[in-house]
Amino acid sequence: MDAAFVIETIIKILIVLGLFSALAGFGTYIERKVLAFMQRRLGPMHVGPYGLLQVLADGIKLFTKEDFIPQGAVRPIFMIAPVITAATAFIAMAAIPMFPEFTVGGYTVKPIISDINVGLLFVLGVMATGLYGPLLAGMASQNKWSILGAARTAIQFLSYEVVTGLSVLAPVMIVGSLSLIDFNNYQAGGVSDWLVWKQPIAFILFLIAGFAETNRTPFDLLEHEAEVISGYATEYSGMRWGMFFIGEYANMFTLGFLASLIFLGGFNDLWFIPGAIAILMKVFFIFFFFLWTRASWPHVRPDQLMWLCWKVLMPLAVINVVITGIVMMF
Amino acid sequence: MSGLEQFKDRNVSQNYYKVQIEPYPKTGWEKFKRVLKRSIKLELFVGLKITLMEMLRFNIHTVQYPKEKLPIGPRYRAVHRLLRLLESGTERCIGCGLCEKICISNCIRIDTKVDEHGRKIPTEYTINFGRCIFCGYCAEVCPELAIVHGPDYENASEQRAHFALKEDMLTPLDKLKQQQEYPGFGAPTPVADQRIKKTPLAY
Repeated sequence: MDAAFVIETIIKILIVLGLFSALAGFGTYIERKVLAFMQRRLGPMHVGPYGLLQVLADGIKLFTKEDFIPQGAVRPIFMIAPVITAATAFIAMAAIPMFPEFTVGGYTVKPIISDINVGLLFVLGVMATGLYGPLLAGMASQNKWSILGAARTAIQFLSYEVVTGLSVLAPVMIVGSLSLIDFNNYQAGGVSDWLVWKQPIAFILFLIAGFAETNRTPFDLLEHEAEVISGYATEYSGMRWGMFFIGEYANMFTLGFLASLIFLGGFNDLWFIPGAIAILMKVFFIFFFFLWTRASWPHVRPDQLMWLCWKVLMPLAVINVVITGIVMMF
Repeated sequence: MSGLEQFKDRNVSQNYYKVQIEPYPKTGWEKFKRVLKRSIKLELFVGLKITLMEMLRFNIHTVQYPKEKLPIGPRYRAVHRLLRLLESGTERCIGCGLCEKICISNCIRIDTKVDEHGRKIPTEYTINFGRCIFCGYCAEVCPELAIVHGPDYENASEQRAHFALKEDMLTPLDKLKQQQEYPGFGAPTPVADQRIKKTPLAY
């Protein structure tokens, strides 16, 4: 392991950390604007031109707010729970190839922090570990709404983990590798090579499970304000609450990258569009889709969520895997 | 004056429409058919289409309040005003005390004196806005259209009493030109002449 590799990795880590923390903040701005436009409103308008500096104002507010820990809470767990959410969200990004390789001054840069051969497994595993954030937060908060949120975390994240795993199993069978770079290279031949055409059901199942795992609107039962105030985050304030938020947005971007890499052709050149811009467009479309559904669709009830997961999505995923296997065998 | 028609339109029920609700499925087969209908017919995407079309149409309804304001009705009852006679600039108030008498929350207080012309004028005219309920009786009872409700609903002060001393409510002499003949609360309506009934002599 030479010095150049260490320095390169550290720089990549810093870029990913800084960029995605900033993107999480900017994501809130985009979310508020998109939701506002879809609801015939204007969204933030007063801080800066078109409300662009609203992110900064929110950040100042979050950082300077009192870091409050309730009397009955379990202090160490209460304090560490948001760190788990944010940290796992960022660790998951370590194995994601964001862009195609490029050369700076004769030095080839691979825009992936760690190219491990079980990349997909690692990303899904670390993202699944993120469930400990809301779970521990809710259980440590000494609050009934929080404990309900924590209980919902346990059922929702665990159930949909099954669907995510089964839905990506079929593409994994086709590609024959768990490395996300192999997935990308498999779809190098243009739009017709995209796995979404071979595995449309797996793609839809993966997206639905992604909504549940990133805790986005049709399935955001963890902090459904009409039912459980703010769920697991009820007792949180200031930057600890902000870390939950950063984690959620980072997870949305991770999921966007995953869906683009596995199903939508990754960072291969798209017609005349260079690969780096192509994958950014795909990720931002999926991000936009997250906001779009939030503006359009109502929440589901917890029992509907469980019904959907175990009686519809999981059988579909299993059938999909079986059919894929049969087709590959002959 | 555009925008005021909406205040006069009291017929709110004309835009109601009934939502057609299908009967709920009872048997398992009917439930399964409903699931198929909702997923295969892509009913979910109808919702997505509506929100996307709203976004593309960009028909924004936001009123950016401090910069732009909605019109308020002419008979809106905000903080009171004391008016002057348009020709001479003397105060309209004749100190009759009817407003003080009729005020149901008992918040108007007048001191009067007889001035050098032999006219009765108020020396003090105070409304306690801690108690005023803006019912409008004072403006309605005033025979001279002297005390009226103005349209100024944006008030900020350390004390409510700060809007309600005589010098705060009275039209300043240098702004007499801007004082309009008052159409608002307390003024006779345009059709008042036709509505008036003479008192029968038999009374």
